[in-house]
Amino acid sequence: MPRVTVETVDHVARLARLSLTDEERRVFARQLDEILAYAESIQALDTADVPPMTHALAGGTFREDTPREGLRRERVLEAAPDPAEGLFRVPRVMGG
Amino acid sequence: MSALFQLTATEIRRRVAAREVSCEEVARAHLDRIAAVEPRVDAFLLVLADRALGRARALDRALAAGEAAPPLAGVPVAVKDVLDVEGLPTTCGSRILEGYRPPFTATAVARLEAAGAIVVGKTNMDEFAMGSSTENSAWKPTRNPWDLARVPGGSSGGSAAAVAARLVPVALGTDTGGSIRQPAALCGVVGIKPTYGRVSRYGLVAFASSLDQVGPFARTVEDAAAVSSVLCGADPFDSTSAARAVPDFAGALGRGLDGLRIGVPWGFLGEGVEAQTLARFREALGDLEAAGARVVEVALPHLPHAIATYYIVATAEASSNLARFDGVRYGLRSGEPSDLGTMYGQSRDRGFGAEVKRRIVLGTFVLSSGYYDAYYLRAQKVRTLIRRDFDRAFEACDVVATPTTPTPAFRLGEKTGDPLQMYLADIFTVPANLAGIPGLSLPCGLAGGLPVGLQLLGRPFDEETLLGVGAAYQRATRHHDLAPAV
Repeated sequence: MPRVTVETVDHVARLARLSLTDEERRVFARQLDEILAYAESIQALDTADVPPMTHALAGGTFREDTPREGLRRERVLEAAPDPAEGLFRVPRVMGG
Repeated sequence: MSALFQLTATEIRRRVAAREVSCEEVARAHLDRIAAVEPRVDAFLLVLADRALGRARALDRALAAGEAAPPLAGVPVAVKDVLDVEGLPTTCGSRILEGYRPPFTATAVARLEAAGAIVVGKTNMDEFAMGSSTENSAWKPTRNPWDLARVPGGSSGGSAAAVAARLVPVALGTDTGGSIRQPAALCGVVGIKPTYGRVSRYGLVAFASSLDQVGPFARTVEDAAAVSSVLCGADPFDSTSAARAVPDFAGALGRGLDGLRIGVPWGFLGEGVEAQTLARFREALGDLEAAGARVVEVALPHLPHAIATYYIVATAEASSNLARFDGVRYGLRSGEPSDLGTMYGQSRDRGFGAEVKRRIVLGTFVLSSGYYDAYYLRAQKVRTLIRRDFDRAFEACDVVATPTTPTPAFRLGEKTGDPLQMYLADIFTVPANLAGIPGLSLPCGLAGGLPVGLQLLGRPFDEETLLGVGAAYQRATRHHDLAPAV
C-alpha cells in the first residue's frame, strides 16, 4: 500500500482547498496511514465480476418538469458573508 | 401519577386529544424539565421556548375551536442541528456555518410540525455528523444522562441524550453509519434508521449522500412507529426519496412472533464484544424465543470489511459534499484574504474541526488520481458484496440481530486521540447503511449500570417487521422503563 507522508497530505489538502497547520499535516499523515493500512483488507477480496454499488435505491421520486417559483434572490443573499448588488462578492480570482 | 415530562408521545397525544391537558401545559412541563436538567447534560444547541409556547397555544386554540387533533398533537420534539428550520440557525455542530439561517424548512421537520408536534430545540451533534461521541461538536460535548463522565454516542448524541433524560419524548436524528442507533443504544432509548429513501432529506445538510437517512428517537417502539408514520413518504423536493406507499406502522405493533426467524451472525460476533453486552444480547434473544421467535445462525461473510468500505465511501462522498462550504454563499468567511484561493483555504481551515478535515483529506485521497480504482471503486464493489450477504441472509431469516455496539458508553476523551479506534466501534451499525436496509436499536438492559442496545435489521422497506418485533419485545420486557437518575 502507499505510505501516506506529509507530502501526500499536502497534495490532497491542496486539492481539497484546505489550509492545514504543521501539526495537522504531521498528525493526519500518521493517522491516515494507519486508517489506510486497516482498509487494506478489502484489497484481498475477489471483486472481478462484482458491479460497484453507488446507491441503495432503485428509482426515486421525480416531479413534473414544470417551472415554478424558486427562492427569492434577496432571501438567498441574506445568508452570504459579503453580498453586493444582488451578487456574491469574492476576492480577486486571478493573480496580479 | 407521572409528571408530564415522563409521558410517552402516544400518551401526550391521547391526553391532548381528550382535552385533559393543553399543548401549552405539555410544552411548559418539558421546557421546565430542560431548564432543570440541561445544564448537566448539554443536549441542546438552541432551546426555542417562545416559539414552542406560541405554537402550542395556537394548536390549543385550534383544538378549542373544534379541529381534530392531528397524530402528534402537542408532542414536544427536538431536532438534530443538521436539519433546517426556516429562519433559525443551522450549525451542524460546526463553526463554518456561523450566522447561517436557512430560507427553508426540512421536509422531515415540516411533516412533524404539520402533524402537531412542537419543536422545542435544536440538538448537539458531532460536526457535520462525523463522529460517534458528540465530542466533535465545535460548541460543547453532550454528556450521557446515565453517567455524566461518559459520552452519549454520536453523531446524534444530543437528540439521544434529550430523549433519555426525559427532556423530550421524541427527537429527530440522522444515521449515516449508525448515528441514530449507536447513541440510542448508549443512552438506553429506541432509535430507527429507516430504509434508504424512506424519509425525505430535503433540508438535511448532506454528509454522505448514498448513506444518509433521517429517523426518530423515542422511548417506546409505539412512539417510534407513530413518528415514523408521519416522517416517511415520497417528497417532490427529494428525488432520492422512494415512491413507495407508507403503511400506518401502528398496524404492525400487535403482531406476534410465532414463526419469526431471527438470524444471528455468530461468526461475526466472536471477539471484541464486551462480556456483559454479549450477555444482555443473549438474554434478549432468549426473551424473543420465549415470545415465539426462532433463532437461526446466518452467515454475513463480508461484514469484517464493512468498516473499511464505509470509511472509504463515506469520506469520499463527504469530501465532495463539503466542497460547498467555501465562504462564498453562506457561513464563515475568514479575514481579508488577497485572493479567492486563499479565502477558500483560510475559511475552511478556520471553519472546520479536526475530524472533518481528517475525513475530507481521506476522502479526497481515495478519489484522487492513481488511488480511485484501488480504494473508492473497490469499496463500491465490496459494498455490493455486503448487500448480497444481506439478501442471502434474508432468505433464511426475517430479521438479523446483533448488539448495536460492542461496548456500552465510553468515557469522554477516551478515544479522541485515536480515530481508528473510534471508527471500529461502528462495526455493527455501518453494514445497514452500506446495504440501505432499515435498522432499529432497542434498550435491552444494563451492563455495569450503562444501557445496552439490541439491534434488529430488516429487509428493505420492511420497517413493519422491525417495529412488530420491537413492540413484542417491549411487551415482554421492561428495560425501556428504566430511566437515568439525572
